[in-house]
Amino acid sequence: MRISLASDAIFKVATGVLVASAAVILFSTLYVLSTGSIIVLQRFGLGFFTGINWNPVEGRESFGVLPYILGTLVTSSIALLIGVPLSLGIAIFLAEMAPKAIRVPVSYLIELLAAVPSVIFGLWGLFVLRFWVLNYIEKPVSAHLGWVSIFSGTPFGLDLFTAGIILAIMIIPTVASISRDVIGAFPDYIREAAYGIGATKWEVIRHWVLSYGRSGILGAIILGLGRAIGETMAVTMVIGNAVGPNAMPTSLFQPGQTLPSLIANGFLEAPTPLEKAAYMGAGLVLLLISLLINIVAHIMVSRVLKVKGGAVE
Amino acid sequence: MLNSYRFRKFKDNAAYVFCLLCVVVAVIPLISIIFEVIARGVPQLSLHFLTANGLEGGIGPAIQGTLILIGLTSLLGIPVGIMSGFYLAEFGGNKYASAMRTINDILTEFPSIVVGITAFSIVVVGITGSFSPLAGAVALSFIMIPIIARTTEESLKLVPTSVREAALALGLHKWKTIFRIVLPTAGQGLVTGTLLAIARIAGETAPILLTIMGNTYFFQSFSQPMDALPLRVFLNSRQPSPEAQAQAWGAALVLILIVLALNICVRIASRSRLKK
Repeated sequence: MRISLASDAIFKVATGVLVASAAVILFSTLYVLSTGSIIVLQRFGLGFFTGINWNPVEGRESFGVLPYILGTLVTSSIALLIGVPLSLGIAIFLAEMAPKAIRVPVSYLIELLAAVPSVIFGLWGLFVLRFWVLNYIEKPVSAHLGWVSIFSGTPFGLDLFTAGIILAIMIIPTVASISRDVIGAFPDYIREAAYGIGATKWEVIRHWVLSYGRSGILGAIILGLGRAIGETMAVTMVIGNAVGPNAMPTSLFQPGQTLPSLIANGFLEAPTPLEKAAYMGAGLVLLLISLLINIVAHIMVSRVLKVKGGAVE
Repeated sequence: MLNSYRFRKFKDNAAYVFCLLCVVVAVIPLISIIFEVIARGVPQLSLHFLTANGLEGGIGPAIQGTLILIGLTSLLGIPVGIMSGFYLAEFGGNKYASAMRTINDILTEFPSIVVGITAFSIVVVGITGSFSPLAGAVALSFIMIPIIARTTEESLKLVPTSVREAALALGLHKWKTIFRIVLPTAGQGLVTGTLLAIARIAGETAPILLTIMGNTYFFQSFSQPMDALPLRVFLNSRQPSPEAQAQAWGAALVLILIVLALNICVRIASRSRLKK
């Protein structure tokens, strides 16, 4: 009897230790990145965050990650501008409008989009999407609006804009499926009451459902943003991979670079310890941005879906 | 006028059309990806392509490497992930558990390239001294553990409390209740969660880019560079020669078949669960 009681305690302790593995991974990542980047942070100080050069030549070393931070922000913003309206449309369609018969297959297709590995998105982006974007968007826009500075330069198809488009496609499953769940958590009695006072379906969605789910949908969008910021391979394959001052995002139709693509491109080939430390520093910046975004998103999503859980149980 | 019934009805229809269009626009890339991968990948397929090494123009080492990575990562990731999920589901009421749950959730959204740097620094630099399957598996298990912990917790929680209480009332101990009663009841959920996690890591590229580096030859040892399908797709897509690029599409086809097969298994498994 006593032995069995002990076995219960052992089971609890053993699983309790293993559950800490996530924390171990998180903190060892923080440790590796901060100790790995310390020499570059000591040498350049704040200049590492505001500098735009990336020069590994000995004696003239200079490393700054500003262009890649901006590149990450620009591509993620494009992703949100295009991806969020599409995702919300899909979420509303699936939760409120679609007949049951097509709801399941369409949800399945959207889930399938999430299952496609990012390197295959990249391959498709490099050989297919690039030419769609170049021929149907960039060339006409550049011909008519080339004088606007963000559309300047000769379009080539491998640039910040294409990277933003591919990110927009990649965040759709995340944003759409969470938003659909949030919309699904809207209580039926309010919906029925709204129909009862003569509202049309769209009015119910706009005035009641969307405002009720506001914070959850915002959380879904922020989770999508986190995904766009951390996405590596697809972006690396289509962004054009500029380095140094050339990577400053001045025009959408010029090659750029994001923090993850910078690391994917150069980390292994870094010749000097100082340059390797600079890549680690870029990783640290990326990690901190992504941690911040994900913590905010989780707080917002859990606040809404917990209410749902409470109502269901 | 703006509030007339006809105008409100018009807005209602416009919203319907807009939402339908959103679905269509989102499905186009999926169809195009599948179409292109099949159209450009199928002509590559041959026994030689699937079994020869890189020098002879095949992706044999990449297929072998991906299978080795799946095996090694599962060995590391599945036990740890499932045990973590047990703790969160069964003892998850305290502050420690909710802190771990939050960290676990954050880890599932981690940028995968950063995970690659961690595994590179710990395993490649610290342990094996070289790019290795081991380092790749460690990097991928960092991605797998939080996903499995999450799905395990969720499927264990679907088992009604009354079932647990009945088992405990019969005098079973907690861990026996979990292994003999809760686990079989929640089993299918665990299987689907694990399959989805495997599908996810099979396609991950960024972490293995920094840890296994790629190889034109078949597996040599656990401490030497190895090839993998997603890595082969990436490396070949950057080469200028059309043959290498065509091979990238062939490798992409094999990869997407593996990932889709796992996803379809999950579909079938979860459908039969719903029917019960």
